[in-house]
Amino acid sequence: MAAVAARYDELQVLGVDVISVSVDSMFTHKMWNDHELSKMVDGGIPWMMAADGAGKVGKVYGVYDEEAGVELRGRFIIDPDGIIQAAEILTPPVGRNLDETIRQIQAFQHVRQTGGKEAMPADWTPGKPTLTPGPDLVGQVWKVWKPE
Amino acid sequence: MSDAGCARPTGASVIQTKTPSSSTYKPVQETKIMETARVGKAAPDFGAPAYKNGGFTAVKLSDYVKKGWTLLCFYPGDFTYV
Repeated sequence: MAAVAARYDELQVLGVDVISVSVDSMFTHKMWNDHELSKMVDGGIPWMMAADGAGKVGKVYGVYDEEAGVELRGRFIIDPDGIIQAAEILTPPVGRNLDETIRQIQAFQHVRQTGGKEAMPADWTPGKPTLTPGPDLVGQVWKVWKPE
Repeated sequence: MSDAGCARPTGASVIQTKTPSSSTYKPVQETKIMETARVGKAAPDFGAPAYKNGGFTAVKLSDYVKKGWTLLCFYPGDFTYV
């Protein structure tokens, strides 16, 4: 969570807010924030740390591990219409990559800004060319895009 | 906000959207279909107790959706290493 907090300003500029969820109580969230996370990131966690003790929310999002009684490292990008545009679920030992999360947010925001007229090819980052799907592009993608 | 004494430490709940019932046919047993999160579909709404900036409060996903983009992050537990 500290890794996400370190990029929070960047996320806010993109109009993104964060909600974190685990099975821990809000009292434990307070202790973790105050005694550890705030020492990793200035000011600690700036968003709502939700408590999902029974794993009800995690179950619906497909991240609750019944055997272990904890939630997997799930990450969902939800647009302003409430639609999940992207999801990633990792088992506990591996952490997230915030560069990739932010890249996906920027790509989905670009799609939204163009009203779905443009699509983002693999490895797209802001400033790189986009694709405009349509009959003229069929079989012609090689002319405008190649893998790096 | 910071009413710790009365605040409930747990009690998150999924907010179910009501399934429309047919006016001509009434099923014997109303079946509730559990919403499941899927890419490209509406994010299931939920409410949960939460901690933020020194205070105990509550969070509801639909309040966030109204304001913009949301990054919803689950993780295995407080004080875990990664």
